[in-house]
Amino acid sequence: MSARIQKLEMRGIVKRFPGVLSNDHVNIEVSAGEVLALLGENGAGKTTLMNILYGLYQADAGEILINGEPVQIDSPRMAIDCGIGMVHQHFMLVPTLTVSENVALGLPSEKGALLDLEPVSRRIVEIGATYGVSVNPDAYVWQLSVGEQQRVEIIKALYRGADLLVMDEPTAVLTPQEAQDLIVLLRTMVAQGRSVIIISHKLHEVMAVSDRVVVLRDGKKAGEVATGDTNPEELARMMVGRDARPFSREARQFDGDCVLCVEELCVNNNMGTPALRGISLGVHPGEILGIAGVSGNGQKEFAEAISGLRTVESGKVLLSGQEITHCTPKQIIDKGLGFIPEDRLHVGTIPSFQIWENLLLKDHAEKPFARGVLLSEKTIRAHSEKLVADYGIKTPDLETQTGKLSGGNIQRLILAREITRQPKVLVAAYPTRGLDIGAAEYVHEMLVQASREGMGVILISEELDEVQKLSDRIAVFFDGRIMQVLPVAQADEKTLGLLMAGLTPDNQATAG
Amino acid sequence: MKGRTFFVLLAALVGALAIGALFILLAKSDPIRAYKVMLTGPFSSSFGFTETLVRTTPLLLTGLGIIISFRCGVLNIGGEGQILIGAIASAGVALAMPNLPGVVLFPLVLLAGALAGGLWGAIAGVLKARLNVNEILSTVMLNQIAAQLYLLLIRGILIDPQEVTYGTGVPQTALVTDVVWMTRLIPGSRLSTGFILAIVLAIAVYYLLMHTTIGYRLRAVGAGPQAARYAGINVPFYMALSMFLAGALAGLAGTVEVLGVHHRALEDISAGYGFSAIVAALFGRLHPIGIIPASMLFGALILGADMMQRAVSIPAAIVMVIQGFVILFVVASDVFIRRPELFGQWKSKWSRRSGEVS
Ligand SMILES: Nc1ncnc2c1ncn2[C@@H]1O[C@H](COP(=O)(O)OP(=O)(O)OP(=O)(O)O)[C@@H](O)[C@H]1O
Ligand SMILES: [Mg+2]
Repeated sequence: MSARIQKLEMRGIVKRFPGVLSNDHVNIEVSAGEVLALLGENGAGKTTLMNILYGLYQADAGEILINGEPVQIDSPRMAIDCGIGMVHQHFMLVPTLTVSENVALGLPSEKGALLDLEPVSRRIVEIGATYGVSVNPDAYVWQLSVGEQQRVEIIKALYRGADLLVMDEPTAVLTPQEAQDLIVLLRTMVAQGRSVIIISHKLHEVMAVSDRVVVLRDGKKAGEVATGDTNPEELARMMVGRDARPFSREARQFDGDCVLCVEELCVNNNMGTPALRGISLGVHPGEILGIAGVSGNGQKEFAEAISGLRTVESGKVLLSGQEITHCTPKQIIDKGLGFIPEDRLHVGTIPSFQIWENLLLKDHAEKPFARGVLLSEKTIRAHSEKLVADYGIKTPDLETQTGKLSGGNIQRLILAREITRQPKVLVAAYPTRGLDIGAAEYVHEMLVQASREGMGVILISEELDEVQKLSDRIAVFFDGRIMQVLPVAQADEKTLGLLMAGLTPDNQATAG
Repeated sequence: MKGRTFFVLLAALVGALAIGALFILLAKSDPIRAYKVMLTGPFSSSFGFTETLVRTTPLLLTGLGIIISFRCGVLNIGGEGQILIGAIASAGVALAMPNLPGVVLFPLVLLAGALAGGLWGAIAGVLKARLNVNEILSTVMLNQIAAQLYLLLIRGILIDPQEVTYGTGVPQTALVTDVVWMTRLIPGSRLSTGFILAIVLAIAVYYLLMHTTIGYRLRAVGAGPQAARYAGINVPFYMALSMFLAGALAGLAGTVEVLGVHHRALEDISAGYGFSAIVAALFGRLHPIGIIPASMLFGALILGADMMQRAVSIPAAIVMVIQGFVILFVVASDVFIRRPELFGQWKSKWSRRSGEVS
């Protein structure tokens, strides 16, 4: 079969939002059989451009051409009819329905008003076979891993006849192995004459999967290169407009008392089954303790249990020698715990709140910001203006809704709030997920700065190089247990990889 | 942006009335004449003017409570029940202590109305906060219970002894002592200082929500419950508190009906204010100042509908149908206000279509 989209062009696309020019005369094109990577810092306008292509936004100027013919795409429905499919970063699946039900959702049935899932299931298996991915059409979506859910999204798009697939940061939530599988899948798709546009912040993935790279900066196209003619350093330079700062941190040895101690911690996950099966850990003041591991091995529950957001089944948590195991989140915050949560948009901030409101999420009732029950607006404003300037939060004003900021800027806001509170311990869960290189560098610098000021920092991450670069010691989580805690000098890639897979370095599977 | 919001809401109103016209036609009446009465009646006399504000008052008070609870993420449908509980509590307290001086009794009666309504509202709040009971179901059921309880009391122990003596048996309480009557703002009208109270409370609620730590937390719980919990805010407490405050304001609405309008608790004292207030609150964009004009508009609409019903003799049910359409349209128009880009899509579709024709 030959794809309907031989060539897609977006010409002179302009999109303006209140206070920002999100796309400024952007031209891109992609041909059948090609993967185009879109690169750029947070807020450069990548998602906006793709949302325009998918009919979610209307461009203020510019046109879209398919095979040289101008087309008007003003709804996702029309985009689908034109053969364009999109997989959003947040999946749009109904967890309580099966895979085939999700795929059939919104499509006319062959039997009119009667639901007929038989042919749908067959097609799903067929599509899966074509691309070498297997998905059980009768499985419920809630039973699937994140990687499998993403495959369902892709199959959904292919089922609707997508010839051009747009993927917005598809690997941000995947394990390294799942990311690898995705790259293979995308390459198979283009080999069959389809085309793909992929947005990613991970340069090595861009190098591995794409044929051509377009770099956006401040809404403008900053450059375009064939992937074969470039390297990650050059791409980073094109994105940020400067060289990446070389980064090094001397790992240190700590002895003496831990500021945060966790003893034999057992915690359940949302389904009520054990997520942590007896974790013991400690972090010293000024130390950065990295927690490595494939996500979903108890890291999230660990962070939530420490911060009082999840009930502890058994075990103890001590902060500065005081037990906080069953304290409320408020008591734990007051005792000096800072937390940068994994979900920065719904846990770390309130998207519909203004910037200043989110900057004071934890301190709105504290002394200089409130007198009695009245908010002291002047103090709050001065404080917020200072934080916005100090932490370089890019925003038109303090009244902007936080949800409209780019991911990197939201993370800056959370860092600003958590670090200026001067906690004794700072827990950072996946703090650079989805951030561009510059923003990730900034987060790293801030975490190091925090440790220099004497905070004990717990860094949870699935990026090995991040953990290796920043930590003094690394604890590897697997299946709710700690495989091993190593000084960073002994934590080479191979050792960590084995530990993360639940194997000890002498290559023996540990008994459960 | 603001202008567009106004335009959308106006269009919703016109659309609802247009469909309502079909129903008036079905009832074999003249919709033009009916709407003329409905839309001009409230503004063509000082009687219409004061009666509009008489209806505005309970809408405004109850609507302020709805705003607090909705902003806190609690979908409170219980205004009606809370009004009744407030009314009967204030009437009961006033009747129980007729000999107290006004300076003591008046604040006591207000407090009783607010507290009773507040506690009634808090039942649903606590059920949601502690046991995760759906507040829409619980408030609707509490409305039923309140309505029956109210009737039981005004037919039973609180019934006016004169009604029993004369054997008329109209279900209403005796008149409350005149020391607690709210002063009439315009002699000869039913408009009382209750209206002023409502306006003052609107400003107070605005301050509470926007400029105090309590309001900040109420809004945080509604806009981002997970983030609120993460930040150390006691989410269940503020959910319950929002329902207490909502109930208290609705309870005051009932109190004002007793002290300012009827001077007793009687059957049908609320006339659906608890439900209309939800629409008024949505119409006012859940803003404590925005609801002032919104409740005036709905006050006029309710009065106009009453007048229309009397002038062109259409069944009361049709008046309720029209009000229902207004609610439906307002809620639907929300989509267009939240997603202004839909206008663009319509426009482009429209221009393309007309382009094809030419
Ligand atoms: N709906 C919106 N309303 C207002 N501003 C918006 C909206 N969507 C995006 N923006 C702004 O447009 C700019 C580009 O945003 P966009 O989401 O396209 O960036 P991005 O390149 O996808 O960034 P990231 O890497 O963080 O995903 C940002 O400044 C953002 O704040
Ligand atoms: Mg994006």
